[in-house]
Amino acid sequence: MTEYKPLYVGTVTKYVFVESPDMTPGDLAIRAYEISRGVMIKETCFGLQITGKEEDVNAVIGMLRELDPAHIFVKDRGFPPGDPRRCRANLGGARPGYYGHEFEISLIRNVSKGLESLASRDPERVPNPPSPESGMALDISKLKKIIESMEG
Amino acid sequence: MAKVFIYPATSLILSDLVARFGHSPLSAAIQIRERIQTPGLDSPPLQITPEEPKKGLKYAAVEVPSGVRGRMSLYGPMIEKAEAAIIINDADYAFGCMGCARTNELIKFLVRSSGIPVLDLNYPKSEGEGEEFVAAIHAFLKELGESG
Repeated sequence: MTEYKPLYVGTVTKYVFVESPDMTPGDLAIRAYEISRGVMIKETCFGLQITGKEEDVNAVIGMLRELDPAHIFVKDRGFPPGDPRRCRANLGGARPGYYGHEFEISLIRNVSKGLESLASRDPERVPNPPSPESGMALDISKLKKIIESMEG
Repeated sequence: MAKVFIYPATSLILSDLVARFGHSPLSAAIQIRERIQTPGLDSPPLQITPEEPKKGLKYAAVEVPSGVRGRMSLYGPMIEKAEAAIIINDADYAFGCMGCARTNELIKFLVRSSGIPVLDLNYPKSEGEGEEFVAAIHAFLKELGESG
């Protein structure tokens, strides 16, 4: 084992995803550069990665969110951008966490719709979210497909 | 501001919604960042050292595979700190190249047995479900804010 010297100690990295009909990741990046205040910004195909001191990163993200609040999503990242242990430039193929993002981004327009309608929603109305109890254990059409695949 | 454990701990949707509604999400990235930014011996890719499965003994017995115990050294302290939890039950991607089905079962068990308020959900598959999904999380977190 060799000695490990961490880079970017004391910083945080956050992902900013944009899934919007009105804004592209490129638009978001240009706006982010304008207000960057010394934080490190990396453009990606889905949005940005922002690295810096926590208060600076949060300030930039707060301003970016205002551009399209229901379509910009943020989460923490453990690694800094370009880390050779995670960056696909070194590893080849997608990094492991990409599949989770890919799956959630495919559903995120439903969440955006929920965020847009939240303000106009009657506060007295009790939410009835999709939950493990609400769905059938196995949909009939799915069962039929399984039977057909086994017969083939 | 309450500390809310999210499952899957890498979920973008949950992490965003919890932070958006004014609370602090407890996600895997925070634990990984802590290890990545601590000097020591090089142990790529996640800086999980042989010490982690020992720390995991607090949550799982010694005969449990070291992979489960190593993961629990990340998730266990977060569950202990959590004041509430949101669980998405149909997250198939939590089991695969980076996930472990047995750890996931243990995480859910520990969350449920800790006595903290838990919101059980599935992913929204339509816009209608999305509205209810967001409203449920908003109402749950608002209640936490009022009681906390």
